[in-house]
Amino acid sequence: MLSFILRRVLAVIPVLLIVAVLVFGLLRMVPGDPAAVIAGDAATNEQVRDIRERLGLEKPIPVQFAIWLGRLVQGDLGQSFFFKKPVADLIAQRLEPTLALGACALVLAVSVAVPLGVLAAFKQGSWVDRLVMGLSVMGFSLPLFVLGYLLVYVFAVELEWLPVQGYARIADGFWPFIERLILPSVALSVGYIALIARITRTSVLEVLNEDYIRTARAKGLTDREVLVGHALRNAAVPILTIIGIGLAVLIGGAVVTESVFAIPGLGRLTVEAVLSRDFPVIQALILLFSCGYLLVNLLIDIGYAFLDPRIRY
Amino acid sequence: MQARFTRVMAALALASGLSGLVQAQTLKVVMHSDIKVLDPLVSTQYIVRNHGHMVWDQLVAFDEKNEVRPQMASKWTVSADKLVYTFVLRDGLEWHDGAPVTADDCIASIKRFVQRDPSGLRLAPSIAGFEAVDAKTFRLKLKEPYALVLETLAKPSLSPMLIMPKRVAETPASEPIGPEKVIGSGPFIFKADEWKPGEKVVYVRNPKYKPRAEPPSGFAGGKVAMVERIEWLAIPDAQTAVSALTRGEVDMVEVVPTDLLPLVEKDKAITVLPFSSGQYFGRMNWAFPPFDNVKVRQAAMVALNQEQILKGVIGDPRYYKVCKSMYFCGSQLATDAGSAGFFQGDAKRAQQMLKDAGYDGTPVVIPYPTDLPTLAPLGPLAKQQLERAGFKVQLAPMDWQSVGPRLRKKEKVADGGWGFFMSFYDARDALDPIGRTVLNTNCKTSFLGWPCDDKFEFLRNAYTRADTIEAKRDIARQVQERNTEVGVFVPLGEARFVGAMNRKLEYTFKAPITVFWGLKKS
Repeated sequence: MLSFILRRVLAVIPVLLIVAVLVFGLLRMVPGDPAAVIAGDAATNEQVRDIRERLGLEKPIPVQFAIWLGRLVQGDLGQSFFFKKPVADLIAQRLEPTLALGACALVLAVSVAVPLGVLAAFKQGSWVDRLVMGLSVMGFSLPLFVLGYLLVYVFAVELEWLPVQGYARIADGFWPFIERLILPSVALSVGYIALIARITRTSVLEVLNEDYIRTARAKGLTDREVLVGHALRNAAVPILTIIGIGLAVLIGGAVVTESVFAIPGLGRLTVEAVLSRDFPVIQALILLFSCGYLLVNLLIDIGYAFLDPRIRY
Repeated sequence: MQARFTRVMAALALASGLSGLVQAQTLKVVMHSDIKVLDPLVSTQYIVRNHGHMVWDQLVAFDEKNEVRPQMASKWTVSADKLVYTFVLRDGLEWHDGAPVTADDCIASIKRFVQRDPSGLRLAPSIAGFEAVDAKTFRLKLKEPYALVLETLAKPSLSPMLIMPKRVAETPASEPIGPEKVIGSGPFIFKADEWKPGEKVVYVRNPKYKPRAEPPSGFAGGKVAMVERIEWLAIPDAQTAVSALTRGEVDMVEVVPTDLLPLVEKDKAITVLPFSSGQYFGRMNWAFPPFDNVKVRQAAMVALNQEQILKGVIGDPRYYKVCKSMYFCGSQLATDAGSAGFFQGDAKRAQQMLKDAGYDGTPVVIPYPTDLPTLAPLGPLAKQQLERAGFKVQLAPMDWQSVGPRLRKKEKVADGGWGFFMSFYDARDALDPIGRTVLNTNCKTSFLGWPCDDKFEFLRNAYTRADTIEAKRDIARQVQERNTEVGVFVPLGEARFVGAMNRKLEYTFKAPITVFWGLKKS
């Protein structure tokens, strides 16, 4: 296992290098000039050129890449063109809100979707099954921002139970922290719940038709013991896979959720950086997301081995 | 036991009272945009201008009648030959870090300003030099009389002329200053340690600020900060911002889109008021066909219909105004001279004019931003009107940040060029024929459409030497008449952008833009 982990970690390096080359190259190919954005539309071409020179954008692209990569390997992500702050500081400021939002949405999604999926499978064909599957179709279909506005209107504006927007750091107190995360987490997790619930149902249904389940029932085990002790564990591998894949969906959803609920997280930072062509920030964020995704995949692969003794690396 | 209970209750009451006081002294505001660049000279974005007026002050400033008044200066004098301007600073002016404001700071700030701002660049060739007479007095010496020295130094918008400490003003004019250099002498202090880009910008009242004794008027007068702390919150979604206002989580939303106005208008706890107004305009590309032909440009001006454009963009007639003047309607120079028959959407006349001009069907490419609600409808609306007149039009939708670089391309349409674009100027920037860069028709230095017209430029130069309002009006009228002859600037009508704030807030004067002095929270 240890050698597997080591091999996977080493394999990350070429992947990240490819990502770095692609991101760096693509950013220089898209239309839009950060110097023109800084200067504003009333600036003359000479003024824009001055700013480009100062930002180092007049140098040949391979030279720019070499400079950036050289700093990167020393742990320097560079400085934002606009904010004149180190990119690492900007990311550090925005990391907590996104991690908190993602973690809440993940916990909520898994704790709601897995029981619902199991229940739907166990009650296959009943009204419970139809209700759960109907709701999951709705969950897929409802655009995230529409759901966000609905939640805000009902729970924040009309009932005044929860705040409309914003984020409070955990250091500011647990309740202020959690009360601002409830609505965004619900909004973000709905699509994810729908996805996991459907896969859980399918996976558990497959397992419930296996011979060993019939044997377990014949031995006199209760429904609960059959489900938890035998069915769920054997159905867990596809569920774990979809949870991992769904994390990418979560990252995408976080962009919209953070905008609707005014959460200063990495999703919004990404959008702002892309719109203003803040190259150093975009490059660092894409690398960070890539690292995160690779890490999640590694954890899932390790998780397989724990869940299924037949899987060994 | 009872005494202890009384003490606890008293402490709680005090704490609650203090909390209320702190709350009353903090203003949470959603501005029209988040702030990315902190240097109001380098960036011409309006949010940076507003930030500039929070932190820095002006040497001289426009009052609400658009007359120049002393601001940081206690007085100024002009020599009889109009070649030497002497400014004396008020007593007791201090930078936020405690250092005194000196004549050297003013000189360095003006030097930086005239290297970059369009009005400053026009003044620069006339400047012979500066002289610091003493710590509070300096002279600006000219090579030749220039009638707009005071107006240039009082410039309040699109790179306002703000006085910075010398050590900050010595930053190259092409390099934006960073957060550590945002040190001013204005009514509010920028809290660099609390600035979280994309989340909030924090300002606190400058306790050492010495407001002038006069009441505030325009950008001049006593800039009294009436709240202790102001937070500009970044809430990118307008619907969320309005919900936060109705719920009382924020005190002010600077711009409320017209489709959300009914939500705030019906709320009795909220006041709706116009925070800004300005002028939509269009620009044709003179460098390439079809608008390299003056007759085609005239046909386009006849084809475009201001009222229809304003209806499409703003919708509610309370918030727009048809105005054919190049100068903001109601301002000193406003005139509709020479504009009869233009901007009314006369498609038949435009068709005939196009035919007479020998238009060969070269398409007009219109780059327009799809991500700015106040500009996005302009492209499709102009396309419809120009096509009705017989133009071939291609829309080029893109995000706002891609529009700028596209406009800078001086190339044929086939090579990625463009034909017509539209944008917006704040009213403060549409008052004369000098301040707007798009009015530059100097064949060597004009840009974004590259107009080249000696007469237009001659008139603009003459304006800089006109020293009475009558003379200025006369030249401004001639500039406007020349404009409709050659099509430098296409006025597309005026709009008011409405914001909303909690009724607990009240301005003690008519604020010229969204400023935070003279604003109290009960």
